[in-house]
Amino acid sequence: MKIGLFVPCYIDQFFPSVGKSTLTILENLGYDVGYPLDQTCCGQPMVNSGFVKEGNRVTQNFRKAFEGYDVVVGPSGSCVHHLLDHAHVGHDPGDPKVHELFSFLYEQQNFPPRLKSFPHNVGLHYSCHALRGLNIASPSEIVEPYFSKIQPILDLIPDMKIVPLDNADECCGFGGTFSVFESAVSIDMGQRRVDDHLKHEARYIISMDSSCLMHMEGIARKRGDKVEFLHLADLVANLWP
Amino acid sequence: MKRKKHPQAAEWYINHSPSPKAQHNAGIHLRNKRDVAVNEVDGFEALRKRASQIKKHTLTHLDRYLEEFEEKALANGIHVHWAVDGAEMNKHVFRILEQHEVPYIVKSKSMLTEECGLNAYLEKQGMEVYDTDLGERIVQLSHEPPSHIVVPAMHKTREEISEIFHRTMDTEAGNLDARYLTLSARKDLRKRFMEAKAAVTGVNFGVAETGTITICTNEGNADLGVNKAPVQIHCMGIEKLIPRQEDLSVFIRLLARSATGQRITTYTSHYQKPRPGSEMHLILVDNGRSEHLGMPDFWESLKCIRCGACMNTCPVFRSGGGHSYGYSVPGPIGSIIAPARNFEEYDDLPFASSLCGSCSAVCPVKIDIHGQLLKWREVIVDHENVEAKKSIPMKWGSRILSRPGLYRFSGKWARKLLGWFPEMGRRAVKDWTRGRELPQPPKESFREWYLKHKKNKP
Repeated sequence: MKIGLFVPCYIDQFFPSVGKSTLTILENLGYDVGYPLDQTCCGQPMVNSGFVKEGNRVTQNFRKAFEGYDVVVGPSGSCVHHLLDHAHVGHDPGDPKVHELFSFLYEQQNFPPRLKSFPHNVGLHYSCHALRGLNIASPSEIVEPYFSKIQPILDLIPDMKIVPLDNADECCGFGGTFSVFESAVSIDMGQRRVDDHLKHEARYIISMDSSCLMHMEGIARKRGDKVEFLHLADLVANLWP
Repeated sequence: MKRKKHPQAAEWYINHSPSPKAQHNAGIHLRNKRDVAVNEVDGFEALRKRASQIKKHTLTHLDRYLEEFEEKALANGIHVHWAVDGAEMNKHVFRILEQHEVPYIVKSKSMLTEECGLNAYLEKQGMEVYDTDLGERIVQLSHEPPSHIVVPAMHKTREEISEIFHRTMDTEAGNLDARYLTLSARKDLRKRFMEAKAAVTGVNFGVAETGTITICTNEGNADLGVNKAPVQIHCMGIEKLIPRQEDLSVFIRLLARSATGQRITTYTSHYQKPRPGSEMHLILVDNGRSEHLGMPDFWESLKCIRCGACMNTCPVFRSGGGHSYGYSVPGPIGSIIAPARNFEEYDDLPFASSLCGSCSAVCPVKIDIHGQLLKWREVIVDHENVEAKKSIPMKWGSRILSRPGLYRFSGKWARKLLGWFPEMGRRAVKDWTRGRELPQPPKESFREWYLKHKKNKP
């Protein structure tokens, strides 16, 4: 199986380490990974703002860039959710099957070896699109036996303490252009999320989406909060034995 | 007063209102209680599915069930009236009151009468209206609309309520005892109940096969009004119908659990016919519902049973407050109902969401609320002149992001400029930076690193 590595635009430009970590994890687990050089964005920012035609044009570029790949994997629950559920990539013949990184590893049941120790308090931020969109774990609203597709990976990290949160899966308030056009609400929501993690003494806030992290980190840095932000892919790659 | 758009109204609530955390605290409390209550029910998800199916079935056969309902209600001795819009409903109510020379009414909670502006209409005709739900009484006394459909005074603190009661009912100044305040309001309202000549209520469910209506309250205020006054008037939106008596068992189990985490509301009352010597009126109101039902992408929002769970769970609602929506039904569900009635007026509401999806996940009748919010955005952009501040970044974004070379060029220079002139970057996106720092731009993009360090194997 040849995997196409999808590095969403804002990760490419602002968080390149997340792309490198994703590549490292996939290659370390034995996959043959290619990176199509003409990829840009999934189209979500436009579609979520109502500009569907404009967004679809961007998604067309995604389809073209990944032509010939059967499987595409990317480190963003949000972009992948958009590609699957809104742009319907996977419906047309010739479309690749698109996966979020950790959902992919869970589906493959291919996990890293025991990782290095991370003796810190960690707050886990499930991004809404990974959680409610891709079902990476049980959302708190739904009555069902609890499951989490990232738990097997978290279990591989010795000494890491996941802190309990008051509202474990509340939205951070990023929401794409919502963060700008509804900035007062977005900031208030973000402060509330960061406060929940701080109240429970998280030293790191970890997520499978860099967009949520960018928003919350921006808030924490503005206020001078003592907490660090890390994509789960970076954490796993950094702790590889 | 001109309606403020959501971002401005929410900004006011967050930065200038007397108690900006009140709605968050009350909302999250209700959401947590809801979680406990729904987890007690075996097969809760199956119950939600069943409720959704019953509502879908009813709405897709609404003509038939409305006729059956009317026929049964008439046979029970109920006066049935039809109102095509709010104005007609208000006229029906006033005409009935006038016929009976009613000096004032006692009214229990009804979002429909809120939607149709009944209070304002009656007051204009010189009729006094006493809202009898405690929360509604509080907002009525402070001349505000409800901020939540189940908890109308959710945005008020005990201090504010104490002050309002002192001013309007001459209660002890500064007394913050909830029991004292509640009993004072109760004493004040009790006089009105005892002498009322007419009671007006909303309706939670109308049952087609029996021609009966069901009203759920926690205070018994609807029952007190209806059972004392010689004239009872029930205002009901036509979407409140369910086919059979036994279907109630599904909705009654869902309603209070989803709303407040109670297993059942304190009073769940079924009204079938007038008491001897009294009159029972039922007004069936359309007010845009038929047209709404005809919208292929949006009709399912008419399944709503008005539990308010989507408001309690919505972090945007809790942050910005219920008044920020400027519509009788606030929160996520209001944001998909309001544009179905008038999308030019409420074109801001579908954007008042981060699309986190929690609303759809709590909804007891499984309305795809956040899916509809997204769909409304598309409709609004297609049919309106979106302000340039929003449309230009989207159109240029699309142009740049659909051309890989242009994307790389723009990304590289944006990072460089941001690195050289961080202050300029901050000012360019001040809606971001008023509460957040920008990410620190890295020297090279992932692609640049990849080309340098990895063999090129596209």
